[in-house]
Amino acid sequence: MNNKNELRREQILRMSGVNPRKCMKCGKCTATCPSFDEMEYHPHEFVYMVESGEIEPLIRSESLYKCLTCFACVEKCPRSVEPAKLIEAVRNVVIREKGGARLPVDAIPAQLDDDMPQQLLMAALRKYSK
Amino acid sequence: MQVNEYRPLIVAFCCNWCSYAGADLAGSNRLAYSADVKIIRVPCSCRVNPMFILRAFQRGADGVIICGCHPGDCHYTSGNYYARRRMTALFSMLDYLGIERERTRLEWVSAAEGAKFAATMNDFAEKVAALGENKRLEDLRCKR
Amino acid sequence: MQRIGVFVCWCGSNIAGTVDVEAVAAALRNEPGVVFSTTYQYMCSQAGQDTIRAAIAEHNLTGVVVASCSPRMHEATFRKTVAAAGLNPYMVEIANIREQCSWIHKDMATGTEKAIILGKAAVAKVNLNAPLTPGESPVTKRALVIGGGIAGIQTALDIADAGFPVDIVETKPTIGGKMAQLDKTFPTLDCAACILTPKMVDAAQHENIRIISYAEVTEVKGFVGNFDVTIKKKARFVKEDICTGCGLCTEKCPQKNVPNEFNLGMDNRRAIYIPFAQAVPKVATIDPNYCTKLKTGKCGVCAKVCTAGAIDYEAKDEYIYEKYGAIVAATGFNPISLEKFDEFAYNSSKDVITSLEFERLTNAAGPTAGKLLRPSDGEHPHTIVFVQCVGSRCDACSEKGKEYCSKICCMYTAKHAMLTRDKYPDTEVYVFYIDVRTPGKNFDEFYRRAVEEYGVKYVKGMVGKVSPVGNKLKVQASDLIANKQMVIDADLVVLAAAIEPDKSARPLATMLTASMDTNDFFTEAHPKLRPVESPTAGVFLSGACQGPKDIPETVAQAGAAASKVIGLLVKDKLKGNPCVAQSDELMCNGCSSCERVCPYGAITYIEKEFRMEDKSTRVRRVASVNPAVCQGCGACTVACPSGAMDLNGFKNSQIMAEVDAICK
Repeated sequence: MNNKNELRREQILRMSGVNPRKCMKCGKCTATCPSFDEMEYHPHEFVYMVESGEIEPLIRSESLYKCLTCFACVEKCPRSVEPAKLIEAVRNVVIREKGGARLPVDAIPAQLDDDMPQQLLMAALRKYSK
Repeated sequence: MQVNEYRPLIVAFCCNWCSYAGADLAGSNRLAYSADVKIIRVPCSCRVNPMFILRAFQRGADGVIICGCHPGDCHYTSGNYYARRRMTALFSMLDYLGIERERTRLEWVSAAEGAKFAATMNDFAEKVAALGENKRLEDLRCKR
Repeated sequence: MQRIGVFVCWCGSNIAGTVDVEAVAAALRNEPGVVFSTTYQYMCSQAGQDTIRAAIAEHNLTGVVVASCSPRMHEATFRKTVAAAGLNPYMVEIANIREQCSWIHKDMATGTEKAIILGKAAVAKVNLNAPLTPGESPVTKRALVIGGGIAGIQTALDIADAGFPVDIVETKPTIGGKMAQLDKTFPTLDCAACILTPKMVDAAQHENIRIISYAEVTEVKGFVGNFDVTIKKKARFVKEDICTGCGLCTEKCPQKNVPNEFNLGMDNRRAIYIPFAQAVPKVATIDPNYCTKLKTGKCGVCAKVCTAGAIDYEAKDEYIYEKYGAIVAATGFNPISLEKFDEFAYNSSKDVITSLEFERLTNAAGPTAGKLLRPSDGEHPHTIVFVQCVGSRCDACSEKGKEYCSKICCMYTAKHAMLTRDKYPDTEVYVFYIDVRTPGKNFDEFYRRAVEEYGVKYVKGMVGKVSPVGNKLKVQASDLIANKQMVIDADLVVLAAAIEPDKSARPLATMLTASMDTNDFFTEAHPKLRPVESPTAGVFLSGACQGPKDIPETVAQAGAAASKVIGLLVKDKLKGNPCVAQSDELMCNGCSSCERVCPYGAITYIEKEFRMEDKSTRVRRVASVNPAVCQGCGACTVACPSGAMDLNGFKNSQIMAEVDAICK
């Protein structure tokens, strides 16, 4: 169990390129998050949970999918921790573990909704092309 | 102790303000370290010319260690940074010549780190002893 | 050939216990140059020193090796000993056979063998020693303080009180600096002006202090004890010695729309102005960027109303050339520009202000005469949000914020919050903090009082966004302890902006060859043990130019810097350390490598004429070391590609000889 968690943690850190140790727990990410009310765990908690290795509850939480990937937290973070990238990496871990959810890049345009914001499109691309 | 047991010859360059004082502290605390280490006092680690190190190897030293103040603590502000750059260059050149990297070392020892000084010297002496005699750089003409 | 005497110390049983001192003395007797060797129980004792002196006389010794304890212990002792016997003190070398030998090796044979090798190395070195004489240089008994804030004023007062003349150079028309702009000071809440202005007056009236205001240092030459400084005194178009400071001109000047920098642009002043009522020197200054007379030649109202006849439209910049023995940098700090912090709406709303602006808003001499009113509509704010760490502790992008903690913000924010609640109990005050840092005497008590007695709402979290909505400011923030997001409708948002060194510090450091860190704070000679000295001899640091500091710390450092300056100026001559670098001009190829690595700027290049073998002359560029500035680190000796640079006392040949002796 512990080993699996450690593996996931490593994977998340490697995929996101984020160093959660840089976080000084100021909460600016959470202050700026537009999906705050929808979330069970908030951006600063994401960072803390990954750092302390509490990956399991994070993976099971719906909060993962409430993140709009608007990157407001990345923009505002004074320590360049980039919580949104971390959240995305966690999503990727979930997807990988489920398996079979990969989408070829070419298949994305067909599934696009015209009303979908540009950033979501980019997020989808990032999410499914890994 | 066997009479003919191989003992390495190690030259240590210690900066006057930190590492030499660290060596003194090791002495005052009676922390034994290898007698193979002979210390030369220099004002700063940046005074150590790579030529000195080559000279030591030429004259048959088996290992050379340079000790300076911790980065940021140099008595002369930036001397240890110069030392670090120069030694990095020298060590990689020695590497290229086939001299084992373990024969040379750059270490930061503060005036308060007597224990670290002793431990470092012991560790270094052990590593050098394991490598055996320095045959590649020793100049046999200098042997008497 | 040297005639060397070797003196092996027993140090009671400290050395003799594990080193066979007689064997060491006997072994060293056969070394080249050694003509005498002996042992004694305590070499450092009076009798031991007498032994050395007697031997020098008897055997006509030219060099001495003492095999004893660490040179850090008794090198100075034995130098004095041989000097008393007429030998150059730098002809002594110590073989450290106690700390490096007897104390760490239990085995007699091992100890003795190592002691002999260490002794041989010392003998080899002494063989190459040369007598050294410390250079002497005179000291100009006058100090220069650059910056006239509380740091500069305090330093100048302390130096002047000790009897040395001091010049204060200040870029603004008045001294006083940032402290003059403050309202109250933490943690005792005395009024800043009440404690600062008497000091300003003291400085102005002190017989040893000359205040050169509205001026800047443009050139520094020379070295410790002998600086030649050029000071540019900007034209203020008012004769300082005639102006009485009555202020009539500042009331009559028709140009009324000049942003008042003393109130941070929150109100206007005239083109001729006195920054504030207690300014020192209290004389008017004409701002050439706004004065109609200076720009178009038409006006001249101030000259007409001035009864003293002090106005001089023809004034030119003047240059003052002066010699100084010591220079103190006290250039201070500024809050950083918040232009890049869009999220706090600093650019788009007048009601988002910095803490320094808040100081002016609450100051009785400020734009609102001390009433806390919103800059936008002059209304009394009911909800005020303070945001800490704006730009401090921020490594996300260096052009935006600063990586360091600005140190003073926690305390002044607590002060602002407390004073607001005290004066206007109907206001709600929020402080958003990441950490509250209050290390200092009575500091934490002060912060706790703000929370417990005055009901300031401290929220652990950060403001993410401020958006102006109508005449309110919508503040979106996080409360990390309740784990919720807050939205506050605020009337006023106060940002505790990070502080940075004054922009004038960097060019000044270049002039002084004083080193700076990456944040443009001056570097101290040693972070713990020499905190008020720059690594450049003769340059001292006072106040926030060395790092963020509050007033008590600044004053303490100012006093410390002053005492260091006094310690330098009381000397008639400076005796240098003779173990300095020396360049062999015949070998120097003028490449500048040494100049670039020298941390002290001790090496300069000179054009020197050399007589060639064929009797012709040739001018060559060669390195020249100033022995008064060189500290003897030796960085240049290694950088020198031609081997021209060498370090006295630790010559290349000497260290090589030691290496050879050890490796034999």
